[in-house]
Amino acid sequence: MFEHIVNGLVLGGTYALIAMGLTMQYGIARIMNLAFGDTIIVACFGTYLLVSAFALSPLLALLILVPGAFVFSYAVFLALMQPLVARAPNREALEVDSILVTFGLLFVIQGILLVIFGGAYTSYSYLNVGVNVLGTTVSANRLLAFVMALVFGGALMFVLFRTRWGMMLRAVELAPESAPLYGIDVDRVARYAFAVGGALAASGGVVVSMYQTFTATAGVVFTMKALIVVILGGKGSLIGALIAGIVLGIVETLVAAYIDPGLTLAATYAVFLAILLFRPTGLFGSAA
Amino acid sequence: MKTKRTAVTRALWRFTSAIGVAAIAAFGVTESHAADDKTSITIGYAVSKSGPNAGGADMTVTPNYELWVNEVNEAGGIKLPDGSQLPIEVVEYDDRSSAEEVVRAVERLATQDEVDFILPPWGTGFNLAVAPLMAKFGYPHLAGAAVTDKAPEFVERWDTSFWFMGGGGDYTSALADILVQARDAGTINNKVAMISVADGFGIDLVNAARPDLEAAGMEIAYDKAFPPQTSDFATILNEAEATGADSFIAFSYPPHTFALTKQAQVANYSPPVFYLGVGAGFPVYSDISSGKMEGVMSLGGIDPNNELNAAYRAKHQEVIGRAPDYWGSVLIYASLQMLQQAIERVGLDRAAVTEELSTGTFETVLGTTKLEDNQLRDIWWTGQWQDGTFVAVAPGDRAGAGSVVLPKPGWQ
Repeated sequence: MFEHIVNGLVLGGTYALIAMGLTMQYGIARIMNLAFGDTIIVACFGTYLLVSAFALSPLLALLILVPGAFVFSYAVFLALMQPLVARAPNREALEVDSILVTFGLLFVIQGILLVIFGGAYTSYSYLNVGVNVLGTTVSANRLLAFVMALVFGGALMFVLFRTRWGMMLRAVELAPESAPLYGIDVDRVARYAFAVGGALAASGGVVVSMYQTFTATAGVVFTMKALIVVILGGKGSLIGALIAGIVLGIVETLVAAYIDPGLTLAATYAVFLAILLFRPTGLFGSAA
Repeated sequence: MKTKRTAVTRALWRFTSAIGVAAIAAFGVTESHAADDKTSITIGYAVSKSGPNAGGADMTVTPNYELWVNEVNEAGGIKLPDGSQLPIEVVEYDDRSSAEEVVRAVERLATQDEVDFILPPWGTGFNLAVAPLMAKFGYPHLAGAAVTDKAPEFVERWDTSFWFMGGGGDYTSALADILVQARDAGTINNKVAMISVADGFGIDLVNAARPDLEAAGMEIAYDKAFPPQTSDFATILNEAEATGADSFIAFSYPPHTFALTKQAQVANYSPPVFYLGVGAGFPVYSDISSGKMEGVMSLGGIDPNNELNAAYRAKHQEVIGRAPDYWGSVLIYASLQMLQQAIERVGLDRAAVTEELSTGTFETVLGTTKLEDNQLRDIWWTGQWQDGTFVAVAPGDRAGAGSVVLPKPGWQ
């Protein structure tokens, strides 16, 4: 039993790590980014390239790719999203428009990756060694993902609740219409939230690439998983993404161990349905 | 006034560019239709270049199509019986890993592009999806990357179809034989832990494996299916190990095969028999397992001393830039060589080519090849990593077979 909880925590760490980025983009910047998973895949390939061609440690790749993704996402927001934000009459319209634009972006990114890397399965091994955690052997790379989820989650939480900039982010999340009355530049905050989300996606991609096989077209799997976690946790809520991710990990592991591995997907959606029935805004969501 | 003019120019520009696109499209079509005095043989295919099947198609199918076309055209083309020599022109579509799309694309290749021959897509399901169309339009269907026990039935239903990769039962009965021998020799116990992906390949193989293993008197101690999206196998491997089975079998697709290997290394789970599905025969598997793949078993394999095969592997490496897999690649390449030789003997008449493929004898990368009831049967059913090569070990009585080495050594 205990080993399954540990395994579930570690699996959930991955889910939480990738979902936190999306919750920043969706909850605060109001961009439903369908190309989110592809940002993760770009980071996977970026790491692979740095590891195989330049023999860099994947951990060093973090230092290059995470700021890179921040700049990239900032630029994407400026070039593609800003015009939408400017013309959208309300948040709902912006969500719909952003879905369409990021759907296109998804294919652009996928196409570029296919041209450069081809469609083959890509994988390398790093930190693929067992670590004993309270009597259960887990792989070091997955443990790293879990630790990073906690560290990034904690750091962001600190920023959100203890700094002025974080307060501005929360103000935009809760009341984008009123925020300008307090002199908050909503667009600017949204830009940064989107960029931070992209940086989180990249950090997730770097870690995921250490243990998961990826292809140029696998991004949608990550988008779907992240979206489920975000909606479960309540959009815009970092703590929600963290907890929902870990809950999903534990549920999947327990179902695989005690019921049937074939039912893990069904269990995921059952939890999803159950929570949405009783809390339509998610675990930590505020009423929209 | 000024804004108006720019609006007009913009509209005009749009109009002209639209005409341009239309002209290019029309030109493209007429080019492939100029069939009266033929300047080329058109070969069409739809394969998954994007979506979940892209990884498999890009390993086993597409590189061999490209290699073959490159070889033929370098040599000046295919020599027809009338003495003329025509190069190959390719019409290629991406089926985006969608079964509807592959059907539509094949229909388009047959009716719009009117290509001379159509090469098959990747995957069992996709080959079954296009089989009725290929038969309807009279195209020989060289189903390469498709494993099915029903091939004899399909040959009757679609008489232009040819099957090159055997059936699930062929692979699982070969595996069962190996297990029985090892058990009778006292190398392994009677228990088997078996998992399978809940998708085409996994379902077919596990359904074939159950009766084979039971008939062999093996006890199936663990038998679970997992969804294709599964990426974490920690729990499943824990449970499998807890059964105390000496044989672990996974009918898995490449992402699972790779994840299972990594997790087994992390958990230091190294049962005497460790048998994985698609992907264990990919060259990249050596990197995935950090070079510790000694003793891992899977489907396929090669005879490392076969010169034809070695030459093929070298050529693939040279032209495509990477090595082929150790299972399906060479079979697919052989099917293309057979198509080429059939065309050289009887010309572009599709019915005659089908007849020739069915009855003729060919010199291919597999040696002298002849189909039995439209099926290739000279296939290696089981392979094992030995000294850095994925060596074929079953059928053991075929020339060139290596011998199984059990138990598998530990990961370290």
